[in-house]
Amino acid sequence: MKKFDRERVLLAVAGPVIALAVAFVLSAIVLLASGKSPVEPYTLMFEQIGFSDIQVLVINQASMYYIAALAVAIGFRMNLFNIGVDGQYQLAAMMAAIVGAHVDLPAAIQIPLLLLTAVCTGAFWSGIAGVLKVTRGVSEVVATIMLNAIATSVIAYLWLPDVFGVKVGNNNTTGEMHESGWVPGINMGDAGEIYGLVFLAVLLGIAYWVVLNRTRFGFDLRASGASESAAAASGVDPKRMVLTAMLLSGGIAGLAGLPILLGDTHTYSLNFPTGIGFLGIGIALLGRNSPVGIAFAALLWAWLDKASPELDFHGYDKEIAVIMQGLIVLSVVVSYEAVREWGLRRQQRRVGAELAAGHVLGADNNTTKEVAGR
Amino acid sequence: MKILYGMQKPDEGTIAIDGEKVTFSSPADAIVRGIGMVHQHFMLADNLTVLENVVLGSEKLYGIGAKARRKIKEISERYGLGVEPDRLVEELGVAARQRVEILKVLYRGATTLILDEPTAVLVPQEVDALFDNLRELKAEGLSVIFISHKLGEVLSVADEITVIRRGTTVGTAVPAETTPRQLAEMMVGSELPTPETAESTVTDRPVITVDKLRLEAAGGKALLDDITFTIHAGEVLGIAGVEGNGQTELVDALIGLKGADSGTISLIDEEITGWTTRKRREQGIGYIPEDRHRHGLLLEAPLWENRILGHVTEKPLAKGVWLDPKAAQEDTRRIVEAYDVRTPGIDVTAASLSGGNQQKLIVGREMSHKPRFLIAAHPTRGVDVGAQAAIWDHIREARREGLAVLLISADLDELIGLSDTLRVIYNGKLVADADPATITPEELGSAMTGAATGHLEHDENAEPGADTPEIRKSPEAPEDEAR
Repeated sequence: MKKFDRERVLLAVAGPVIALAVAFVLSAIVLLASGKSPVEPYTLMFEQIGFSDIQVLVINQASMYYIAALAVAIGFRMNLFNIGVDGQYQLAAMMAAIVGAHVDLPAAIQIPLLLLTAVCTGAFWSGIAGVLKVTRGVSEVVATIMLNAIATSVIAYLWLPDVFGVKVGNNNTTGEMHESGWVPGINMGDAGEIYGLVFLAVLLGIAYWVVLNRTRFGFDLRASGASESAAAASGVDPKRMVLTAMLLSGGIAGLAGLPILLGDTHTYSLNFPTGIGFLGIGIALLGRNSPVGIAFAALLWAWLDKASPELDFHGYDKEIAVIMQGLIVLSVVVSYEAVREWGLRRQQRRVGAELAAGHVLGADNNTTKEVAGR
Repeated sequence: MKILYGMQKPDEGTIAIDGEKVTFSSPADAIVRGIGMVHQHFMLADNLTVLENVVLGSEKLYGIGAKARRKIKEISERYGLGVEPDRLVEELGVAARQRVEILKVLYRGATTLILDEPTAVLVPQEVDALFDNLRELKAEGLSVIFISHKLGEVLSVADEITVIRRGTTVGTAVPAETTPRQLAEMMVGSELPTPETAESTVTDRPVITVDKLRLEAAGGKALLDDITFTIHAGEVLGIAGVEGNGQTELVDALIGLKGADSGTISLIDEEITGWTTRKRREQGIGYIPEDRHRHGLLLEAPLWENRILGHVTEKPLAKGVWLDPKAAQEDTRRIVEAYDVRTPGIDVTAASLSGGNQQKLIVGREMSHKPRFLIAAHPTRGVDVGAQAAIWDHIREARREGLAVLLISADLDELIGLSDTLRVIYNGKLVADADPATITPEELGSAMTGAATGHLEHDENAEPGADTPEIRKSPEAPEDEAR
């Protein structure tokens, strides 16, 4: 049994390692093709890890990627593809910013209120897709993509000065939030400040693991993802599960923008980061939907983001990092599927071989029984 | 089989046709070499005619018109297949469809035919007809590879038998010198079991009562109509029928995957028609599904997680809303030992076990929760003879302890051997009933095609399948007779 455990670890690591190696090689080829050194950009980017200000930036950025990827991963675990994380977190961040600017309660109430606002907004937005899927059979992929577009329009509407918008120069904002809603960070001196809500990301990761692996609900959810028909036969109500998973996914997605909103910007403006929801899809894929894997993937992504601007100063295009991210996602999909099939086949062979050799569980107390293959 | 047909490449070894070594990289290569495969599940387009189905994909051979029709007629006559080229496939019965499949293969010039479990969907009379066809083919100089787990059929139709167990050849036999028992012993490596149930354990306590159950397809067509039966504690009710006559729907309605359109289902004295699947399972309905890969297992999950499947709310697997993985693993080990599931451990995936061991795990899982009513849909399908015997034993033992069982099977010997009461389902209706003590597979077979209804009485003088619509009144028969 120990052997199978080690094997599982090996298989879990093999996929991402192969994918990353392939992506690095392919990016090097791209660099070569454009007549640049294929090695120097990497050394430059690796050097960046050593700088404490970059470290803080990477951690802050990764916390948002992490939450967004968890939201996507919940959907993935039951074969739901929530592409709408992007719209969900932006709308949720805006609603939290608006509430934060118009409600002023003591911090102990204000901050939970803002978190709740974001969760409910995200869940509401994804819930629309969930309800459509359950009642009308609309694919959640199509519904959430459309809801992303609608979210953009809703945000533009809310930014109007006679709605909730406050013009600051040329920028659209929702006005400064009351200070009771600001979440203090960890001061790292010159390096900057780590967002306080980085801890929220860690807590969400732990909660994600516990719920999925240690609760009845988590088992039902995973069963639905592994085999819809087997889950239904086991007593899972497929419609309810779809709706619940969509709501959960959207609720978590709603939190993805909050580390920066409550920790830094304190308003929802045109400068607010966009596209985190889409990046979360790639990160969830690379992290194999596991909370630890996603953490590594989020840090990797954040590093590529934050270390690449340095390239501009050395005559390289910082877009090389974007190319890498794209290549990683592509190779991840291919390598995971290959490793998964290889692993399954290998295990089938091994089990066959072990049985033929007579290694049967409980063989000691029923030795008279026929051993396979004899 | 897959290797012979070019769907999979061998790691080692060679294939020779007419003494010439060959390698196939696709089924197309195999077809060129004259190997044809008749799949267990037919690959025919229902809304096309026989002619169109046959020429589909092979238009170059004889065109799609008169020449092709002539060729089809010629093959059909030569081998006595009786195929009419202009009939729509959807009008044909199962046996006729199978003949179309065989003709399709011959049309492409096959000289070696592989038949994969061809008799699974046929009633005994159709099996005999198929065997006559196969003898014709043999007489014309063709080779046939006939794959079956039914010993009697293999013995009656084959000239030479090769026994394969767990992926290796364990021996060959000449049918004339071999008894079914010897053959079976080669297959299992030990004594052959029989499904016979010795003494009756039927009580008068009804466990599951189904009354006028009706289930409709989307368009309002009845999939199940007027299904009424009662199963008592300690009783096995066998449902005989050609596949696709409503068995799947009946199981779905009983386990709660499909809601009844009318009629009621009661467990002991509670009406459960409106219950969810989970509630039904919690309240003591065990379920051995027809397709274990689709409905019974999470193939890529470890065995102990599969132990939880379907019983996630029950002890010892859960405490409140929390799972108890330790207890689940412990209990999986117990099942593996008690039910003789051959596995090196409980952390391997379900996919890496053989079909028989997967099925033993499912049986063990369902029995572990002391069901009051067990739905056993094809409990021994695709299972080796050894596991089959074990599964029969477990069902029999549970029946002694007062379990009510609904047994659905395509294996008529299994049905007759295990059941206390037999009903025949045809076109979504229970059309006949029989006493398993006296009925023969042939008599049952004629009712399965809809030729006979009512109570089937075994009659030494009568032709098998004679219609004897006389109503029996015996204490163990449910009072609601077949309609």
